[in-house]
Amino acid sequence: MKVHVETTINSEPVELLAEPRQSLLEVLRDELGLTGAKEGCNNGNCGACNVILDGRLVNSCCVLAVEVSGKQVVTIEGVAEGETLHPLQQKFLEEAALQCGICTPGFIVAAKALLDREPEADEARVRYWLAGNLCRCTGYDKIVRAVLGAGAEMRNRASNTSNRGRTNGY
Amino acid sequence: MVIEERKTYRVIGTRPIRHDGIDKVTGRAQYGADIRLSGMLHARTLRSPHAHALIKSIDASKALALPGVKAVVTGADFPEVADSIEDMGEAEGSLRDLSANVMARDKALYRGHAVAAVAATSVHVALEALALIEVDYEVLPAVLDVRDAMRSDAPLLHERKTASIAGESEKPSNVAKHDQFAWGDLEDGFGQAEVVVEREFTTEMVHQGYIEPHASTATWNSDGQITIWTSTQGAFTIRSQASGILAQPISRVKVIPTEIGGGFGGKTLVYMEPVAAILARKSGRPVKMQMDRTEVFEGTGPTSGSYIRIKAGATKDGKLTAVQSYLAYEAGAYPGSPVTAGAMTHVAPYDIPNCLIDAYDVVVNKPKVAAYRAPGAPAAAFAMEQVIDELAEKVGSDPLQFRLLNSSKEGTRGPGGRPFKAIGHEQCLRAAFESEHYKSPLEGPTRGRGVASGFWFNAGMRSSVTVSINPDGTVNLIEGSTDIGGTRTSLAMQLAETLGITAEDVKPTVVDTDSVGYNDVTGGSRVTFASGMAVYEAGMDMRRQLIARAAELMGAEAEELEYRDGAVVHKTDESKRYSFKQLCERIFERGATVVATGSVVGRGVGGAFATHVVDVEVDPETGKVDILRYTATQDVGTAIHPAYVEGQIQGGVVQGIGWALNEEYYYNEPGQMLNASFLDYRMPTSLDVPMIDAVIVEVPNPGHPYGVRGVGEVPIVPPLAAIANAVYRATGVRQQKLPMSPRRILETTFGLE
Amino acid sequence: MRAVTYLAPRSIEEAVSVLAEHGTMASVLAGGTDVIIQAREGRKLVDVFVDVKNIAETRALAWEEGGLLIGAAVPCAEIYEDSEIASRYPALIDSAALIGGIQIQSRASLGGNLCNASPAGDSIPTLIVLGAIAVIAGASGRRELPVEDFCVAPGRNALQPGEMLVALRLPAPRTNSGAAFERFIPRNEMDIAVCNCAASVVLSADGQRFESGRLAVGAVAPTPLLVADASAALEGQSVSDQTTKAAADRVAAAARPITDMRGSIAQRKHLAAVLATRVINKAVERARGRRA
Repeated sequence: MKVHVETTINSEPVELLAEPRQSLLEVLRDELGLTGAKEGCNNGNCGACNVILDGRLVNSCCVLAVEVSGKQVVTIEGVAEGETLHPLQQKFLEEAALQCGICTPGFIVAAKALLDREPEADEARVRYWLAGNLCRCTGYDKIVRAVLGAGAEMRNRASNTSNRGRTNGY
Repeated sequence: MVIEERKTYRVIGTRPIRHDGIDKVTGRAQYGADIRLSGMLHARTLRSPHAHALIKSIDASKALALPGVKAVVTGADFPEVADSIEDMGEAEGSLRDLSANVMARDKALYRGHAVAAVAATSVHVALEALALIEVDYEVLPAVLDVRDAMRSDAPLLHERKTASIAGESEKPSNVAKHDQFAWGDLEDGFGQAEVVVEREFTTEMVHQGYIEPHASTATWNSDGQITIWTSTQGAFTIRSQASGILAQPISRVKVIPTEIGGGFGGKTLVYMEPVAAILARKSGRPVKMQMDRTEVFEGTGPTSGSYIRIKAGATKDGKLTAVQSYLAYEAGAYPGSPVTAGAMTHVAPYDIPNCLIDAYDVVVNKPKVAAYRAPGAPAAAFAMEQVIDELAEKVGSDPLQFRLLNSSKEGTRGPGGRPFKAIGHEQCLRAAFESEHYKSPLEGPTRGRGVASGFWFNAGMRSSVTVSINPDGTVNLIEGSTDIGGTRTSLAMQLAETLGITAEDVKPTVVDTDSVGYNDVTGGSRVTFASGMAVYEAGMDMRRQLIARAAELMGAEAEELEYRDGAVVHKTDESKRYSFKQLCERIFERGATVVATGSVVGRGVGGAFATHVVDVEVDPETGKVDILRYTATQDVGTAIHPAYVEGQIQGGVVQGIGWALNEEYYYNEPGQMLNASFLDYRMPTSLDVPMIDAVIVEVPNPGHPYGVRGVGEVPIVPPLAAIANAVYRATGVRQQKLPMSPRRILETTFGLE
Repeated sequence: MRAVTYLAPRSIEEAVSVLAEHGTMASVLAGGTDVIIQAREGRKLVDVFVDVKNIAETRALAWEEGGLLIGAAVPCAEIYEDSEIASRYPALIDSAALIGGIQIQSRASLGGNLCNASPAGDSIPTLIVLGAIAVIAGASGRRELPVEDFCVAPGRNALQPGEMLVALRLPAPRTNSGAAFERFIPRNEMDIAVCNCAASVVLSADGQRFESGRLAVGAVAPTPLLVADASAALEGQSVSDQTTKAAADRVAAAARPITDMRGSIAQRKHLAAVLATRVINKAVERARGRRA
């Protein structure tokens, strides 16, 4: 009845047994104890359960756990590098971009998927990209500012790194 | 933007990182559904598919026979409780009603009413078991609309009589209560009026829409100790409701609040907590219960739909002379709508010499309402602020200037009759009038600018905290107020200000009901205000104790010392001083410690006003309203953490935008909510709103040591009317019904049938 | 959700054989954004999920004779991120980029949107006006069906038990042609269409006359509709507001909607005309752009 699944979660190989009817969200939360992904609607309309699956943003409530065999999953627990927060996490704190915090993991994962592709995304693009994530506390203002700020930070870091690279090279 | 001069503070007014922040951006924070206990079962609820039905019998034998099912509960498992008045967090209600709302007995009063629950080894098994429970219903006619429910031939939900100032009515009715407020001479007031406007308005039920569905976990040990983990705005309130419903002594019940994923008033009542407890007792195992999103919509408390009629008169010079209001609010299945608050708040922004308000609390076959951000006020303001707007137009006045001319100020009759102390409505109006937004031109054929004001009382109630020092000069702040939007930090900052230390040197923790003195709910915009007072009191207690310790260390008399800038200093010899940190070290070196407490019943509530300005564009082809620009001014007293104050304002505004434009409980005739999902219950997304410019006005509240007023609720009061006024300016048509959906705009304005 | 079995065949033949074995209790699983939710909420009874994403043919995007073959399981995001598709079939991007949020577009496929056969499916009017052909596999081999004949009732399609959609075949865009899609929703994202509409037009060489056109409208009938007489209203006529209005009026006349929580009869008929006008104008603009 249960299916053996070998997958990679936050860069760690993971083996698990899942019932085919279990969603990835259920398995992350109930079997693996990764409760950072939240259930807000369980039908793909709020984004609280967002994870990145093979580089693409998905709602983990709309994926069967058995489907992730051989794939790469990134959850909110894998966004920081050890104790070093991701620029998005840092900006969410600095900009007060969370109130109750239940939607925050989903927003940060969604925004990461955006900035990984488009660190230069502008306000219109950020608002469009985040439209699948509901927040009921903030009115989105500070969330959008935090994502824009994190994008700027990531661009800065990238250009500093490449500048350093050149300096070292010559 | 922060305007108005104020006292200089060292911590208050800064923007430190919130103490619980890292846990919340890394996914570590534990919310209601994140609780896992050893041997835990999973439970789900069976709900009535009918809006009104007698429950003739329930047969759960097939469910119990399913492998993995460990317990089933129905109404028969609940003790009969007295019809006593119970604390509902932000309101009061009957314990018997609350118990029946948690689990129906002989009658289901709305679709979604819980009728049974199953605990099983997995969620899937519990859900399969629910389908095996056989309930024999006798379906009764349902009544869904407030005005229909008030008719004498309406189906009755309860055989109860109307309570009113004149006593009880003779016949049973769905009207649970009739309140009346009157002052001045109405006839005289309308006699003086040269311009009169009278309109009626309707609003539909709307939900708070918190993103976290309800989740509760319970254990019931053989010694009778009940422990409940739950996502709630008030652990103590849940404790008292649960102990009442379970008929267990309050000392047997411990409530451990988890992090809460939004509440807005909706997490002040028990739903699954007593059910999980009974399932735990029957199964002998911990039981976790969760709702799915549809259950949240159908089975928890939204806020009332309403019918409101307002007649108001003014002189040609624009002075209000009289207001008469009729408000009827849907309570849902049991009495307790916020109609009285609506009645009291909608006239509060103005000095009205003659007034008569009738308010009716009416039961209908829909979910029992719960508090929702400034409960009762937004719908009433939707009506009142449009009537004010129309009067302003008729006398040829700028809508903000008209409001300014009639604004309540210190000394004006406040809601309830006592005069207002220092309040900031005039300042909000001026800030709006002087805003860059209001001064900017707005062009385009179907664009309009609207304004509206709003008032909310704010609550005081009980708060208790404990503060203890650590050897490294930091302090632990133990509190019992659920932190929904950063109150750990707004309280820590007030303690830091009082003690002259940094916000980071305060470690705030929200604890369970066994571990701190009593705290009422996080609601009524009260925590930063009232728990802030408790924190201040604890801080002052700490200062007195530290002075006494320092006196011992210095060999001085306590009277010779004072607490200043985070240190105990000798009044005449400043070289004798101990910084807070030094003192903590010394106290621990001497094998001692210091604990201080603060416990208050919050008095000196300030009352909060807000004035909003909004620009809209209406698409004449589709009827869609776009929010182009939004500015919200609000008197917050003193902004403790301005970023979180702005956040409250921005969040309230966007909830208001949702309520104004698209949100509603959409019912079919038999009483089924057809849009009970986040797909069709259309809350605003990031793409539906612009940046919200929050203008913080600070008129310090004289009733609070740091001048704090409640902040969280009033921002949802003006948006409905502000947007309606803007739509009027854009189209020339008054919007008397919510939501102002594209369909409604096409119908009211562009001739659609 | 009731207990299910999960199968992930490696070939169309294998998939078709397991589908035949389990009949109506088997459900093809591609992006899963509809079927997983329907199964969870009890709106669809499923015993076996047949995941077709491991079959190369369902994941292929291939150009053939100037036309495009879209594997039935290719997610929307892969379609709108392809710059060649964007330049040749901008209407397809109009649809693919607004089905759900980004999270949904990562998984949801046009094939799934079509098989779900919702009257409001946001890719279906576009596929219809582009002349898309559904490539269907069954135990007895392959067959092809024009997309306008694929949906038969709300939630029901023309697939027989044991059959599956393999791919969608789009003909090469013609010279001087353009197409566009729009939908109306109360919010700006995340809603089911109150009404949606697509148009494709072929203009004369000077861009002043409609040689032909196709109009399709959704959420106004049990299935998305190809409005043949609206096409007739364009054919041979000069490009003008009058011509557009005549065609749009026929789209509205063809609409036979219901009133529900998403919209009323009158609103949907009204929107059908509004959207038809908008998409014809946009299709003309694109056709003229392509001419250059």
